[in-house]
Amino acid sequence: MSLDKVKNIVLVLSGKGGVGKSSITTQLALSLSLAGHSVGVLDIDLTGPSIPRLFGIESSKVTQAPGGWVPVPVHPANSESGIGSLRCMSLGFLLRERGDAVVWRGPKKTAMVRQFLSDVLWGECDYLLIDTPPGTSDEHISLAETLLKNALPGQVKGAVVVTTPQAVATADVKKELNFCVKTGIKVIGVIENMSGFVCPNCSECTNVFSSGGGKVMAQDFNVRFLGSVPIDPQFVMLVETGRRPVYPTGTSVRGQDMASLTLEEAAADVKEAGQLVEKYKSCSLCPIFRDITSDIIAVVEGKLVEARGA
Amino acid sequence: MAPSLEEAPESIQDVIENPLKATPKLVAPEPEHCPGPESEQAGKADSCAGCPNQAICASAPKGPDPDIPAITARLSGIQHKILILSGKGGVGKSTFTSLLAHAFATNPDSTVGIMDTDICGPSIPKMMGVENETIHVSGGGWSPVWVLENLGVMSVQFMLPNRDDAVIWRGPKKNGLIKQFLKDVEWGELDFLLVDTPPGTSDEHLSVNSFLKESGVDGAVVVTTPQEVALLDVRKEIDFCRKAGIRVLGLVENMSGFVCPKCTHESQIFQATTGGAKALAKEMDIPFLGAVPLDPRIGMSCDYGESFFDAWPDSPACTALKNVVRKVGEEIGLKPESVLPESPKD
Repeated sequence: MSLDKVKNIVLVLSGKGGVGKSSITTQLALSLSLAGHSVGVLDIDLTGPSIPRLFGIESSKVTQAPGGWVPVPVHPANSESGIGSLRCMSLGFLLRERGDAVVWRGPKKTAMVRQFLSDVLWGECDYLLIDTPPGTSDEHISLAETLLKNALPGQVKGAVVVTTPQAVATADVKKELNFCVKTGIKVIGVIENMSGFVCPNCSECTNVFSSGGGKVMAQDFNVRFLGSVPIDPQFVMLVETGRRPVYPTGTSVRGQDMASLTLEEAAADVKEAGQLVEKYKSCSLCPIFRDITSDIIAVVEGKLVEARGA
Repeated sequence: MAPSLEEAPESIQDVIENPLKATPKLVAPEPEHCPGPESEQAGKADSCAGCPNQAICASAPKGPDPDIPAITARLSGIQHKILILSGKGGVGKSTFTSLLAHAFATNPDSTVGIMDTDICGPSIPKMMGVENETIHVSGGGWSPVWVLENLGVMSVQFMLPNRDDAVIWRGPKKNGLIKQFLKDVEWGELDFLLVDTPPGTSDEHLSVNSFLKESGVDGAVVVTTPQEVALLDVRKEIDFCRKAGIRVLGLVENMSGFVCPKCTHESQIFQATTGGAKALAKEMDIPFLGAVPLDPRIGMSCDYGESFFDAWPDSPACTALKNVVRKVGEEIGLKPESVLPESPKD
């Protein structure tokens, strides 16, 4: 199988839609790459693929090679700066028009998920992140079945479960945690996304979607809580327009000073050249994800075994 | 096996034009690339060769599902049927559905029903504060759960033994339940039936469309958030509606702008870098129903299962929502005053 040389497979799951599975996958991939690992991202959201847009490679197409599909490269490995390579595969790369609807019933989706798992030429790869659609249906069942049958023992390291803080979201995400229990997928931990928004004008933090729901849920299910990620419109701007994030003077995240250019300077370089991974280093979420990623790496490498229970 | 790129995205016309047939009783699980036992291609496709079900599928009665007339009869007492759609998850489909229902139900002469077709992630019961209810079955069918005297709800959540149970179902099983919701639920005389859907363009959407085609749907309200990552999926949903012949009543932009409660500075949390829903509505030539600001109190009301309209009647989000509700009413040919009487404050 094409996954033979992949060292670790990590799933990104959530029962709820729009909580940020794809943007968390993107940031985990960038952070793992910054930590020097080679990363592959497989997007199995067939009816709403977001990965191509988030990496800014919407116009790329998949090429065919003898034996399978070649994933789309985001950036190559750079041993000088210690950055690992990053590649993606998504149904978005196979569509003729970006607005085309993919209207598929279950069996067709199942076949496509299996094909994505067996026919993509990942080659040597430290981490394969699999981004999933919301729910616990065809794509998830097929993914779990195929991995159970075909993956090497110990290759599937588990799932990162994403939620937002409000009760309406955690209600659905709890179902996903039960799905993991039933299918025997280990939960690496829970990430609470969209946890608070800092007003750029007065620096007041508002809990737009309330707060703390993810942590409580993790405790209830006795799984690790990996951290809370606030809303950062600068990250949205980064993926939407490719603009390097800028923060006012005095902005500091986990002891790292994030303030950089002045706002006037920033307005000038809307379409700045450069790799996404380089620009992401200026994002306030980067230090947060560095910590989350190092926790995930520790779990995957077996250095952190016991879940921090309640 | 070398995969072929040409085969991947197929024409959706075929899927939409052929309505669902009754599912035959299979003797083996569906194989890979199965066209679906309910489809027109059942028993005839390339992948059917060698399948133990082939003879069963091929000899199953042709023509549309015999249950469709039963559905049409069951729903004949419903004046208006509105779908709430979005290609993207978490944009506020269920929130908007519950708000729309509460708004319609403020008129004591109207009776409103909500059907939650999100089988794997049902949110409506929580938002309506009826999470722990169960369905009662009587001779006439399944009774919906009544939130108010004139507001009833049906969802898979009411059928689960435990609140957090996962519903791990493949497509055909989900279709079966949706059919039962339409065929067996005793709605009685309703003025409005709102159908909340899961994200995407797959089994649930195709089923709802083919089961309801006969009895007629007023149209679909499409919900989105302003950023392009969401609009990208919503564009696909509108494309689906076009091809399936569902009228789009309009596009609602949710989570549009956030006003800091401390300094009243407005921030675009989900920035509309490509012009947001308004530009998309213009591009796709569909009505723009309005923009609803991001108000943390809407989420709080949903978490506690109370009506946002009753809890915060004076908030700007409430005013914006009321305008959207009136526009939806207008699109389905009702007088705005009859849908939502103007209060002196508006």
